[in-house]
Amino acid sequence: METSQRQLTPELFEPVGEDFKDYERIAGPSIGFWRDSWQRFKKNKASLIGLVVIIALIVTAYVAPLLVPYSPYAQDMTRGYLGTSAEHLMGTDKFGRDMFVRVWEGMRVSLYIALLAAFFDLVIGVPFGAVSGLLGGKVDGVMQRIIEVLNGIPNLVIAILVMLVLNPGIVTISVAIGIAGWTSMARIIRGRVMQLRDQEFTLAARSLGAGRRRILTKHLLPNSLGLIIITLMLTIPSAIFYEAVLSFIGLGIQVPKASLGSLINDGYQELRFHSYLLWFPAAVFSLLMLSFNLLADGLRDALDPRMRK
Amino acid sequence: MAALNGNANVEPNDDVLLEVKDLRISFSTYAGEVQAIRDASFNLRRGETLAIVGESGSGKSVTARSIMRLNPEANTIVRGGEILFDGRDILQLSEKQMQSVRGRRIAMVFQDPMTSLDPTMRIGPQIMESLKKHLGMSGNRAKERAIELLKLVGIPSPEDRMRQYPHQFSGGMRQRVVIAIALSCDPEILIADEPTTALDVTIQAQILELFRELQERIGTSIILITHDLGVVASTAHRVAVMYGGKIIETGTLRDIFYNPQMPYTWGLLASIPLPTADRSLELIPIPGSPPSALDPPKGCPFTARCPYAMRICAEEMPEFTRFSDEHRAACWLHHQMAPNVEPPARIGGTR
Amino acid sequence: MTEQNGSANGAQNGQPLLEIKDLKKHFQIGRANLKAVDGISLTIDKGETFGLVGESGCGKSTAGRVLVRLYKPSAGEVLFGGENVHSAQGDRGRILNRKMQMIFQDPQASLNPRMVVGDIIAEGIDIHGLASGKQERLDRVNELLETVGLSPEHASRYPHEFSGGQRQRIGVARALAVDPDFIVADEPVSALDVSIQAQVINLMKKLQRDRDLTYLFISHDLSVVKYISDRVGVMYLGTMVEMAPSDELYSNPLHPYTQALLSAVPIPDPDVELERERMVLQGDVPSPVNPPSGCRFRTRCPRAVEESAKVDPPWREVSPGHWVQACPCFA
Repeated sequence: METSQRQLTPELFEPVGEDFKDYERIAGPSIGFWRDSWQRFKKNKASLIGLVVIIALIVTAYVAPLLVPYSPYAQDMTRGYLGTSAEHLMGTDKFGRDMFVRVWEGMRVSLYIALLAAFFDLVIGVPFGAVSGLLGGKVDGVMQRIIEVLNGIPNLVIAILVMLVLNPGIVTISVAIGIAGWTSMARIIRGRVMQLRDQEFTLAARSLGAGRRRILTKHLLPNSLGLIIITLMLTIPSAIFYEAVLSFIGLGIQVPKASLGSLINDGYQELRFHSYLLWFPAAVFSLLMLSFNLLADGLRDALDPRMRK
Repeated sequence: MAALNGNANVEPNDDVLLEVKDLRISFSTYAGEVQAIRDASFNLRRGETLAIVGESGSGKSVTARSIMRLNPEANTIVRGGEILFDGRDILQLSEKQMQSVRGRRIAMVFQDPMTSLDPTMRIGPQIMESLKKHLGMSGNRAKERAIELLKLVGIPSPEDRMRQYPHQFSGGMRQRVVIAIALSCDPEILIADEPTTALDVTIQAQILELFRELQERIGTSIILITHDLGVVASTAHRVAVMYGGKIIETGTLRDIFYNPQMPYTWGLLASIPLPTADRSLELIPIPGSPPSALDPPKGCPFTARCPYAMRICAEEMPEFTRFSDEHRAACWLHHQMAPNVEPPARIGGTR
Repeated sequence: MTEQNGSANGAQNGQPLLEIKDLKKHFQIGRANLKAVDGISLTIDKGETFGLVGESGCGKSTAGRVLVRLYKPSAGEVLFGGENVHSAQGDRGRILNRKMQMIFQDPQASLNPRMVVGDIIAEGIDIHGLASGKQERLDRVNELLETVGLSPEHASRYPHEFSGGQRQRIGVARALAVDPDFIVADEPVSALDVSIQAQVINLMKKLQRDRDLTYLFISHDLSVVKYISDRVGVMYLGTMVEMAPSDELYSNPLHPYTQALLSAVPIPDPDVELERERMVLQGDVPSPVNPPSGCRFRTRCPRAVEESAKVDPPWREVSPGHWVQACPCFA
């Protein structure tokens, strides 16, 4: 116990003022969920790096081609297979096209496809899963069987079917990927909704007379947002990868358009003598995938309610 | 009441098993430093049950875990103090040395019997694990001892139950198994952190009865962490009251219940309904909530909720005043310059 | 069980506010039939507080949820003001939602972490359209906040910023927002610190006086129940084993389970504890999936006789207002 060094005067023994005792005072500013999550997110160095790299890559993808006077489609057979140089930072391909521009074009296309696929996830997967989880019983049973059937069909078969029906192109590929992929989001959301459904705050809303719609929009979905974001963040690299696979087997982007996948495929075929045609798109591809995964990991830690307090 | 001032840490008894001196422990979190224990001093004597009473945020559970060095090493900061056991400071021991203390000489029983046992292991091996590691018992001897222990804690047909899994036991039974494991190596000290909070009232009565019996038969010293004053009244010999990370009053059972000297203790006693009391007797709650450990108040932690708070209370922590060999409390009301205050009428039991 | 009429206080206007008649709620879990509530009957008068006690698995929480229409009963009926609560549809159903409200146990889980406190409290107002505009809604929320001892500035904060006691009070405010007549309080203070429990209990008592509320107070804490209730019912394995006015039950418990329960509660008074005669029950609570035949308590009852297994003990009024499952072991 520290000994008191001060002189103790009688006034100190008078009752403390009423304003001192604010029993219900809450210190500090109101911390919303997002601000709190951002604070947590910031602490994770790896995910911050991931985020920064993604932003850098996206910015580069739009800005870099403007700095170079080449078009991704302009062919010049006299300048085929040139290695890296000051003029062609990533060399040229078989047709003399500048790889630097093509790689960034490829990245834009890949991202675009992935975002469309993520959109599918959102627009089909979330409502499907939410309704399935909320209603339960027979409806849930039927909806889950649908998912199981869809999952039973190999994604490749679905992709081929879609390609046959629609004309090959960016949108078609996105549709193919999206249709094959929304099921995992649906399952995840269903699980979450079922968990939230039995929580006391949901019961409280029901006992107040809230209808299903209100419960879904005000209680279940807002508490699933974190999970939705995390899943979307993981869908994007998954879609990019899948598109690369499709391209690899020839079902992807058609020439002369480029995606990272098709570039990797083309580069793979030239691996023996012109390996640079593979390394550059592969490096950008890997960097993109890694960054998204780091970001998703960090988001999971930041947004996951279980980590709170 | 005559007040004696003096160094609160001098205990004339040499029966002291464990001595906690001026303990200060914090945790570093993303929100800042959480000062979980800001000043705790108490000791435990051989063969007694010491109850540490406090509400959530008082730091009592952290205290228990600190004695066992079970706090997460990465963010635990020992800001000061010692925990003396058998002539050594537990806070200074290496992890290896701690492993020979944990389970062997100091054992712990936790609150939730559902999660204290490994669900994938049978009960028998879980009890025998400790026996084999600490006492080096052979398989057969360990098995015999395990059966003895199950009998000791009142589990019927122990030979059969040894081969069962935790989920086949009810909550009360599981807690008994946990106690059996804790006692397996004959520890000198048993720390029980809210051991009955998760149990039904009738089961709680069984477990408390078990604690009493065990102490009589084996003489283990017990540190009982709880918020339930009824549990304290039925099992403890001495009591330490904790608030806002500090121990603010200690004394014998009768001291605390019949002659408490600290407004927080008064407040606690006045706010509990007694099943034997008159219904018209008003419950006097303590307004407000416990202080934040992130931003602890200067001075006495109870100031903001204390009906007798004075200016000095907000500025400085009072020293301990000694009322007897056992009984001491830290409150400015005991200072000679403070006004005379009588505790509320309800205090003093049903006498 | 035979139906029981009347109450200790004498029904004021001739009709009790709430009547529960042989209520049963069973859950189908796989192949097992869990008889959570297996036939309870009681009435509650306006302005009264009825305490429902029991240990885990006795069915008290389930009973509470059936009352506020969160579950449908498997058998029996619940009458509110003479009207069957579960057969009401549409508008009548909505009105019942307003008149019968619930306060939940877990201050952590009972408030939506993504909504600000003001919206949480106003949810009932929003659903039933009880405010004519933003200003009125705001006024009502502020009024409710002050009623429970908080202040208007708290309305824009999130639940996690509050302490357990404050959160429970927000839960109370939410229930009050729709102006209910009857509130089921399901273990409202069990998760709170001891000194804070008194805050919420006193608040509930005050509200009852000011607004003429009727409570069903569910708890496992006998001391708290005694303090706040006018009459108390003790449940075991889905049935009610004893029911009596508060003081009477605690001073003259007739059923062995009630006696064991009271004996098991540790009293914060060392001298009393020292002198007490304890009745410690052996064994564990049987599963509600397969309750013992006859008197359900017989497997743990120190007075059980052979007859106890054969006959369903009758529900009898042994003295005015004091009802008991008259087990053969009484003789």
